[in-house]
Amino acid sequence: MKTSVLKRILSFYVEGFRSMTIGKTLWLIILVKLFVMFVFLKFFFFPSYLGKFDNAAEKQKYVSNELIQRAK
Amino acid sequence: MIAEIDISLIDWSRAQFALTAFYHWLFVPLTLGLGIVQAVMETIYYKTGDEFWKKTAKFWMKLFGINFAIGVATGLILEFEFGTNWSNYSWFVGDIFGAPLAIEGVVAFFMEATFIAVMFFGWNKVSKGFHLASTWLTILGATISAFWILVANGWMQYPTGMGFNPDTVRNEMESFWAVAFSPVAINKFFHTVLSGWIIGAMFVAGISSWYLLRKREIKFALSSIKVAVVFGLIACLLSIWTGDGSASQVAKRQPMKLAAMEGLYEGDNGVNLVGIGILNPSKKEYNDNEKAFLFKIDVPIPKLLSYLAFGKFNEYVPGIKNILEGGYKQPDGAIALSAEEKIARGKLAIDALSEYKKAKADSALYANKADSIKIVLAAEIENYAETVSDDTGATSQALTADELFSGKTAEIQTKIVNSRKQLDDNFDYFGYGYIKEPKDLIPPLSLTFYAFRVMVILGGFLLLLFALATYLSYKNKFETKRWLQWTCLISIFLAIFAGQAGWVVAEVGRQPWAIQDILPTSAAISKLSTSSVQLTFFIFLALFTILLIAELKILTSAIKKGPQINEQ
Repeated sequence: MKTSVLKRILSFYVEGFRSMTIGKTLWLIILVKLFVMFVFLKFFFFPSYLGKFDNAAEKQKYVSNELIQRAK
Repeated sequence: MIAEIDISLIDWSRAQFALTAFYHWLFVPLTLGLGIVQAVMETIYYKTGDEFWKKTAKFWMKLFGINFAIGVATGLILEFEFGTNWSNYSWFVGDIFGAPLAIEGVVAFFMEATFIAVMFFGWNKVSKGFHLASTWLTILGATISAFWILVANGWMQYPTGMGFNPDTVRNEMESFWAVAFSPVAINKFFHTVLSGWIIGAMFVAGISSWYLLRKREIKFALSSIKVAVVFGLIACLLSIWTGDGSASQVAKRQPMKLAAMEGLYEGDNGVNLVGIGILNPSKKEYNDNEKAFLFKIDVPIPKLLSYLAFGKFNEYVPGIKNILEGGYKQPDGAIALSAEEKIARGKLAIDALSEYKKAKADSALYANKADSIKIVLAAEIENYAETVSDDTGATSQALTADELFSGKTAEIQTKIVNSRKQLDDNFDYFGYGYIKEPKDLIPPLSLTFYAFRVMVILGGFLLLLFALATYLSYKNKFETKRWLQWTCLISIFLAIFAGQAGWVVAEVGRQPWAIQDILPTSAAISKLSTSSVQLTFFIFLALFTILLIAELKILTSAIKKGPQINEQ
């Protein structure tokens, strides 16, 4: 029974994707976009600035120091 | 201090964020508005069983899908920017933003991803009722997503429901409900979503008008227009109501933004609302003697600004000068502090944070190295005793090392308690501690003032347009009015422009704050090189432009192809 439901859901998606026309182009755009965003942009240009610190205590220390020093 | 942070870094980082938000907001409102229009059309199909409405709904759903696909995940780039360019800010607010953004992520993923599949793949595979429910749930999911994003934005405009923890240097949520249902967030949500509805309605009316101008798909176009213009009219009327609510919140929580929106330098009781005007470019300082306007015409209802802001025609509305100089009575009865006083209190708060952190570090040192410290103290006592003995010839009755240690520990604890109190007492003004001069608290006036006029005037124009289009379409006269069809087509861009102008008012008008009163952009920003931000700015510009061209190309191709409904 469970397998049957899962199969029906799976075939619903498979048939849906197969019958797409313009949707195939859109999916291509989405995938290219996600690749550019997560692999290219995130990796090369948008690392977490505080990621260079090993733990939360160091991050907290850095930010608190920044917040205090910038007011001086 | 700010000197370490290049001002151009702040400007470029803001420009980059604005660019990303601008592009993101091209896609989102169309999703929100078009989603409702197509759902209404499908509901008509569900009720009538008329295949024409099914095909009509399917066509608009196709355009919805194109827009959704191109726009999806563009908002994530804003989150990248938070982590890279605005790291102090992200750390400072992390716990507050975490909950709304996590809920947004979960809702967006599960609701939209599940039901959008049924919406697109489910025709003839699931029951009509289930399909209709999926269509409505898709748009409901998108709207709920928008809600949580706007809750986060609303919190930045009016930080509430949180407490600042100096140990973690983060704001921590104390009341989820106060954050989620703050009056600013609620007004912002409805006003923003309604602007999306207006854009969606205008899009449907405009594209349908294009078909009429080309004399094709006549029945489809006229039927779509009938749904869209009524929807647009309702959305416009409701947005007046929510806009009034938003302005009232701005008056209470962000008086400087209201003053900038109105170009109001000198406040008064019973202030008029500026209809149109040209700001005087010679006015360089808030306290010089130049006139604020070269020319202005007030809305011909006396004292309207006072009424809209506070619900009373004779209520006092402070101007920029008053807000900076303080001393006036606020709506809650308290006397407003001057900018100088707020800056002083902000500095007290930041000094208190510094003292607190030092005292905490000393406390940890005393706790962890008690034995070593006692040895050092004992040596100091001995030296002191010898010095005293040498000088006076008497034996000193100095404190023991344990007593001195206890005294020092108590002193540190007192410092912790006192600095914490000083921080808590002044935290509402924390951000003012970074402000160098009172005039730095004035947002870019021209941009805020003109953007507000653009939003309101275009909003008024769209209201009239929808009203007229509704009348003529239900009188079956729309088809012959080519000038109205052209107007509807062009007004797609006007509606988008009005929405963007609204965001300019909301975001530029609250400068210099990243979080109102608590954190200015100069303290929120990461210490990056300006050139790296410039580089990513232009990468985004290129990337988003490519996406926009792709969207326009696919959209126009689908529109040219048309719904392909046999209208005979």
